[in-house]
Amino acid sequence: MLDAGDDHTALAAGAGLASSLSGAAPGPRALAVQAIDMTKRFPGVLANDHVSFEAAPGEVHALLGENGAGKTTLCNLLMGLYRPDEGKLFIEGKPARFRSPKDAQDAGIFMVHQHLRLVESMTVAENVVLGAAGARQLRFSPRAVEKAVAEAAARFQMSVDPAARIWQLSLGQRQRVEVLKALCRGARILILDEPTAVLTPQEADQLFSSVRDMAAAGRTVIFISHKLPEVLAVAERVTVLRHGRSVTTVPTAGTGADDLAGLMVGREVSLAPTARVAHEPGPAVLELAGVCARGDLGTEALKDITLQVRAGEILGIAGVSGNGQRELAEVITGLRPTTAGTIRIGGARLAAGGPRAAIDLGVAYVPEDRMGTAIAPDLSIAENLMLKSYRGKARGWGPVLSRRKAIANAQEMMARFDVRAPGPTTLVRQLSGGNIQKVVLARELSCQPRLVVAASPTRGLDVGATQYVRRVLAGTAAAGVGVVMVSEDLDEIFELSDRIAVFYAGRVVGTLKATEADRHRVGLMMAGAT
Amino acid sequence: MTGPLRIERRLDAPGWLKVVVPLASLVLAAIIVAILLLATGHNPLSTYHQMYSAAITADGALSSSFVYATPLLFTGLCAAFAFRMRTWNIGGEGQLYMGAVGASATGLVLGHWPAPLVIIAMVVGGALAGMLWAEIPALLRAYLRTNEILTSLMLNYVAGFVVYYLIYDSGSYWRDLTTPGASVFPTGKTLGPHANWPGITIGSFTLPLGFVLGLGLAVGLFLLVRSTRYGFEMRVMGDAPRAADYSGIRTKRKILSVMAISGGIAGVAGSSQIGDFGHVLDPRGLEQAQYGYTGIVVAALALYNPLAVVLVSLLIGGLTNAGFALEGPSFPTGLVGTMEGIILFTVLGGEILARYRLSWRRRPAPATGTTS
Ligand SMILES: Nc1ncnc2c1ncn2[C@@H]1O[C@H](COP(=O)(O)OP(=O)(O)OP(=O)(O)O)[C@@H](O)[C@H]1O
Ligand SMILES: [Mg+2]
Repeated sequence: MLDAGDDHTALAAGAGLASSLSGAAPGPRALAVQAIDMTKRFPGVLANDHVSFEAAPGEVHALLGENGAGKTTLCNLLMGLYRPDEGKLFIEGKPARFRSPKDAQDAGIFMVHQHLRLVESMTVAENVVLGAAGARQLRFSPRAVEKAVAEAAARFQMSVDPAARIWQLSLGQRQRVEVLKALCRGARILILDEPTAVLTPQEADQLFSSVRDMAAAGRTVIFISHKLPEVLAVAERVTVLRHGRSVTTVPTAGTGADDLAGLMVGREVSLAPTARVAHEPGPAVLELAGVCARGDLGTEALKDITLQVRAGEILGIAGVSGNGQRELAEVITGLRPTTAGTIRIGGARLAAGGPRAAIDLGVAYVPEDRMGTAIAPDLSIAENLMLKSYRGKARGWGPVLSRRKAIANAQEMMARFDVRAPGPTTLVRQLSGGNIQKVVLARELSCQPRLVVAASPTRGLDVGATQYVRRVLAGTAAAGVGVVMVSEDLDEIFELSDRIAVFYAGRVVGTLKATEADRHRVGLMMAGAT
Repeated sequence: MTGPLRIERRLDAPGWLKVVVPLASLVLAAIIVAILLLATGHNPLSTYHQMYSAAITADGALSSSFVYATPLLFTGLCAAFAFRMRTWNIGGEGQLYMGAVGASATGLVLGHWPAPLVIIAMVVGGALAGMLWAEIPALLRAYLRTNEILTSLMLNYVAGFVVYYLIYDSGSYWRDLTTPGASVFPTGKTLGPHANWPGITIGSFTLPLGFVLGLGLAVGLFLLVRSTRYGFEMRVMGDAPRAADYSGIRTKRKILSVMAISGGIAGVAGSSQIGDFGHVLDPRGLEQAQYGYTGIVVAALALYNPLAVVLVSLLIGGLTNAGFALEGPSFPTGLVGTMEGIILFTVLGGEILARYRLSWRRRPAPATGTTS
């Protein structure tokens, strides 16, 4: 398969040669990417407004900006997914006008999207060849491809089983497959749109070392992240976008996180952690006793879980992804049946009636997989905001829903959570990644819950929105709500939690008071030590 | 490698395409059909004029276009409603047969009641029969996760056999056993005068009662989907089934109830066939018309919008009517069918292509002049 990738490269180079022979003027310098005044309008939104930036071969270049600043749109323009309304693009010195991602891929540009795009029922190897040059030649031999994928994985230190089916993999592993797919198919310029949002810190570190390897081998990596320390650690230069415009490009050397945050927002911002007010927790709102449940593959994913969360308390669930955290959240919210044990919410036993029973008991849920589970992408913001409350009296008369009330409510929530969109009737599909997260959070945190279950609540949010959501979570707890927060981000866990429960292999290996826990200890417990 | 013609998915389709594409498709269809007509030695202009008059202007033409449109209105609504939730009820055909069985039974049994009551009873009888028939694939889908496309399709054939059995192979209640020729030429019992649905006559134009009923139904379904809690649940389920589970929608019940409504509508199509037009359970007539299957095309062309179904059913009803008028010694049935097929194919193709962008790619020619 690597061979196929190479001859792909040769082909693309051939096409490039042809176009330069046919009289096209080469760009000023042989930069890997040079975008000049790229502009893209959507109905009601100027997503990219004369954005310019450039990246040299072997450079890791970061794009930074608030949610909705236009980063993904810019990448989609580079990939030929959208056509720019204005602007010029030079790839490796040659003018590029891509009509489809295929053209961009022929020119060696590949993108790993914010929302992963793999065929879930297929194997890793099949996904890698899907749409690649080799696949058309009817020479598809699963063995050979699997071997090639394994080799590429070893070369870039990304372990993944080529024969595994995508649905069996964690989000982090899936993303590794996307990167491998691009590398196997001859990527010289790789765009990573918020790759670390779905990764554990360890996985992110692995990705960074792979990214450095790629850059050292002369590849260009365009990298988007909201986590400023990451940007400073991997990228050489950063282009900051604000409200669709490219504000500036700065080298990371000699730049601090608060400088970047200031550039992004346009004024000085403080990156101070959220303050938790100490207070006495109330009665238990969530009690799990001896709960067991099966995972998607039919194996036991939760083993004899006993937990308690009291009103006004934030319980942080730490653990490496795939150790039962998702199943725990689903069991509490009624989406997954238990095989043993009891769950009580506010003293009432959670009947095996599916999610409706949990919702009626006042459980709000921000799931890990927002796009797949928590959102109907083809419905409007207003409709998505009432996904859980549409049954309530306040929403209309008898069987009829009030459109006016839905819009008014949406406007209020959008203002409160700073959802940036043309209006409440905009389809959620058209929002930027971070703004979709905000819609979910706005809905779940504003329904006056008794218990909030939130998985990676700040994933994909920009610096300001992250702080806001953390403040809201702290405020929710202060108002007497119990919060279960699943996160792989230990900083987040330590910043917000009152107590920390560490998961390993479907069990709680220990519960610590946040004030008494230290990172090293929690890290060891996450690896299975008790 | 790739040819010069390229088809790309549109990520940002402009709104005006929705209006322009169907119109352009119709024009294109007219051009293709004109070529076909020329090739077969017919004058396209006079043929189009003939069709126009046969569908609209001739004596009684408009009324008879509505006769063809009426069943399509119901079966189109049946499919459009279920498809809106991505519940693929292909069983409108069989549900229509069962509706006809139910409506003729109630019409025969209660024939001595006052006419309005008999009509109501026939509507209810047809709807119930269609509903029950639709619940079979619905239950299988909801509780055993079988594919409703296959089960509902198979049940069309079963329903066909049931109707044939009732009239041709048994001494059933529906069969007429009293008239002398009945054992040689089996027919159904003719319904009494109270079971004949009155039309609404304006001058020389008669609107079938069934069409009025269908019109009301279309408006009702449109409002149901657009502005009720019930419709909201349908839209969530159609767009994101997992989000539906997550938001506490009882998805199994929802499948059962949507299929019941969809099947009930097809059942009323059967009622209308008996009450408005046939007045007798006629297996052959029902089977040849294939209203259930055409309804799927109607729904697709209407983009599952109940109000659009009204217009599309009239278009196709008129086309069918005009087609029958054209048939004759110099104009074979096959040609009529081909024309209708081309028109449907073009319009449907236009709908699909509207979501894509077509382009010719000019490849930079290699300087040496060799071709790859
Ligand atoms: N297909 C589309 N149709 C309409 N508007 C769109 C579309 N795609 C993006 N937008 C709008 O363009 C703007 C920029 O979106 P973009 O996805 O580029 O933001 P982003 O910088 O990637 O943000 P995030 O950090 O939240 O992912 C947003 O206001 C978004 O709503
Ligand atoms: Mg984005």
